[in-house]
Amino acid sequence: MRHTVSRLSLRLFGGIAAASLLAFSATAQAGKTLDSIRQKGSIQCGVSTGVAGFSLPDSQGNWSGFDVDYCRALAAAVLNDPSKVTFTPLNSQQRFAALQSGEVDVLARNTTWTLTRDASLGLQFAAITYFDGQGFLVPKKLKITSAKQLKNAEICVQSGTTNEKNLADYFRAQNIKVRTVVFEGFEASFKAFFSGRCQAYTTDVSGLAGLRNKEAKNPDDYVVLPEIISKEPLGPAVRRGDDEWLAIVKWVAYGLIEAEEAGLTQANADAWKATSKDPVVQRLLGTGEDSGKLLGLDREWLYRGIKAVGNYGEIFERNVGPNSVLKLPRGVNRLWNQGGILYAPPVR
Amino acid sequence: MIRLATLRRGRLLQTLFPDRWNGALSAFALAFIGWAMWQAFDWAVLRAALAPDAERCFADGVGACWGVITEKHRALLFGRYPYAEQWRPMLAVGVLLLAVVITLFPRSPRALRIAVWLPALPVFFALMAGGVAGLTPVPSRQWGGLPLTVMLWLLAVAIALPVGVLTAMGRHSGLPAVRTLCGLFVELLRGVPLVSILFMASFMVPLLLPPEARVDMLLRVQVALGLFGGAYLSENIRGGIQAVPAGQVQAALSLGMTPRQADWLVVLPQALRHALPAMFNSFIGLFKETTLVTVVSLYELTGSLSLAIGGDPVWRPFFLEAYLFIGAIYWLCCFSLSRYSRGLERRLAATSA
Repeated sequence: MRHTVSRLSLRLFGGIAAASLLAFSATAQAGKTLDSIRQKGSIQCGVSTGVAGFSLPDSQGNWSGFDVDYCRALAAAVLNDPSKVTFTPLNSQQRFAALQSGEVDVLARNTTWTLTRDASLGLQFAAITYFDGQGFLVPKKLKITSAKQLKNAEICVQSGTTNEKNLADYFRAQNIKVRTVVFEGFEASFKAFFSGRCQAYTTDVSGLAGLRNKEAKNPDDYVVLPEIISKEPLGPAVRRGDDEWLAIVKWVAYGLIEAEEAGLTQANADAWKATSKDPVVQRLLGTGEDSGKLLGLDREWLYRGIKAVGNYGEIFERNVGPNSVLKLPRGVNRLWNQGGILYAPPVR
Repeated sequence: MIRLATLRRGRLLQTLFPDRWNGALSAFALAFIGWAMWQAFDWAVLRAALAPDAERCFADGVGACWGVITEKHRALLFGRYPYAEQWRPMLAVGVLLLAVVITLFPRSPRALRIAVWLPALPVFFALMAGGVAGLTPVPSRQWGGLPLTVMLWLLAVAIALPVGVLTAMGRHSGLPAVRTLCGLFVELLRGVPLVSILFMASFMVPLLLPPEARVDMLLRVQVALGLFGGAYLSENIRGGIQAVPAGQVQAALSLGMTPRQADWLVVLPQALRHALPAMFNSFIGLFKETTLVTVVSLYELTGSLSLAIGGDPVWRPFFLEAYLFIGAIYWLCCFSLSRYSRGLERRLAATSA
C-alpha cells in the first residue's frame, strides 16, 4: 500500500519538479556546468542502479558498463583523467529530477529519447549512443515464430515503463487480443516469466539478451522473436540552458563514433598521433586543426577520451558485445557504412 | 497467546493435550513447527555454501548461499563509500554505537551521558567526511550503508525529541497563535507521505534557494526526517499530557507554582513517562523509515542492498540471502530498542511507585 502511495507521490512531485524547473533552470544554470565541474574536479554522472552491460558496480564499488565508459571518456576529455567521475545511481523515477536539480551533470542511464522528455522535462538529449528496440522472448517449446502468433497469450511486462505502453499500442494496431500481466519490479517480472506465468516476456532487446543468457536455466530453451515493436534510442542527456556543456557531451559521443569510423583505437592512438598524415585522424587527435578550442577544451580532448576507453566499437565490444555477459550483436548499432544506422556528424 | 514459560509442566501437558481431538491438533501443529524449523535449519546451516563462488551455489543440494554475503558484505554495509576508505565508516559507526550504549546504560552517570556526545559526534563526522588529519574528503552523497542508517536515525531522534516536546506543549499553550502554529506544523507533516517530504527536501528546496545558499543534500534530508519524526512524537507526547490528571496542575498551582512551572515541571515529566511506550514505538518506526531515503539517491542499508545485488547477474539470484542478512541487522537494532524501552518502563515504574 505504502509502495503505491510513494510511487504516486513520486510521479506527482517529479512532475511538479519538472514544471518548476523549466522556469528556473534556464536562468540559474546557464553556462555554469563546465565551470562547476572544473571547480569540483569531477563530473557527476547519473547512471542506473545496476543494469549489467550498461552500468553496474562490482563488489569493490567500481563501476563498469557502456554508459560508464562514456562518462569516463567525458571526464578524460574535460578533466584529463578518466577516473574523475562520481557515479550517482538513480532509479527511473528520480533520474530527471536529479538532473534538473543539479544533482548530476549528465544523465547516462540508458534513457530513451522521446519528444515529451525532450520538450517538457527541462532537459536535452545530446546524442544517440545506442539504438534499442522492444522485443519478445518466448519459450522455444511453444513453437512461436512471430509476435503475430501471440493471440490470447499472456505477456509479462514491468509496470511504469515505455514497454508497457508500447505493448498495448502494438497489439491494438495489429488488432490482436493479448493479456498483459504487469509486475512492479524488473526482478519480479522476469522471474514470473521464467516460472511459467506468461507465454511471452517483453522489454528492450538489450535486456532480453541478458535475461536469456543469465537468468534462464538453459538459454537454448528460449528465443527472441524477430519483431521489434518500438524505437528506443538511448543516449546521454543534460540540463537545459547550458549550450556549452551540451556541445561537449554531444561531441564526445560523436567523436568516439567517428574514431571507430577512422579506425582509431585505444591501442593505435599513440602511434597514429605521431605518424598519421590522414587529416581526419589528425583532427580527432588534435595534431591537425584545434577542434577543442571551440568547445572550451584543449586540443587533445578526444585523444584522451580514446586513450581512456577506446572508440565506440571497442566500448560496445567490451561491455555488451559477443564477449560480454549480454552477448549482443552489433545489429543496427553498426556504423552507417557497415550496414548499421550509427552516423556521427563530422568532427571538423 | 499462552505463555508457555509461565506454565508448570503438568499444566503444559494439560493445556496442549486436554482431550483426544485437541491433543491431535496440538501434536500436528508441533510436528509441523518442528518440521518447518528443521527445514529452515537445514537450508540455512547444514546445506549452506559460504564460499564467494556463485557457481558452487548453483550446484544441486546446496541450500542458502551465504557466499553472497562473503562477497558483497562491504558493499552491503557501506554502500557507495570508497572501497579503500571503508575502515572509516566502520570505525565511525562503532563510535556512534558505543556512545548510544553509554547513554542508554542505566548505571552511566548523568553527566557522562551527555558529555559522551561532545567527542562522539565530531569524531563520527570527521571520520565520515574526512578533510582533517590527512583523511581524504568523501562527499556526503557517497555515504551509505549502516553508518548512514544509524546516523540518519540518531540525528532524526535528536531533532524529533525537542520538536515533539515543544509542539506538544505548544498545542496546550494559552496563546492561540502558538496553538495554531504547532497544530498546523504537526498536521501538515503527519498528513503528507514521508517520500514526498524527502523529495521536496532533496529536489525542490534547491530550486527555491539561490545557488549560493545551497545546503548539503544529506543535511536537508536529515532535517526533513527529523521534523517528520517530530510531528509523530508530538502526538505521542500530547497523548501523554492528556493522561496527566487535571488535579496535578491544580495541586501545583495551589503550591504556588506559576502555570509555566506547573506545565514544565509537573505535567511534562509525567506526560513523557506515560508516552514512553508510544515514543519508543515511533523511534523504532523512524529507524525503519530511514529506508525511504533511497528515493532521493542516498543509499542506506536497503539501498546498498539493491545497488550491490540488484543489477549483478552473477549474484542477483541470491537476493533472499542478502535480504535476510539486512533484515537481521534491522531486527537486531529494533529488538534491542524494544527491550530497552521495556527495561526503562520498569525502572521508571519502580521509581514512581
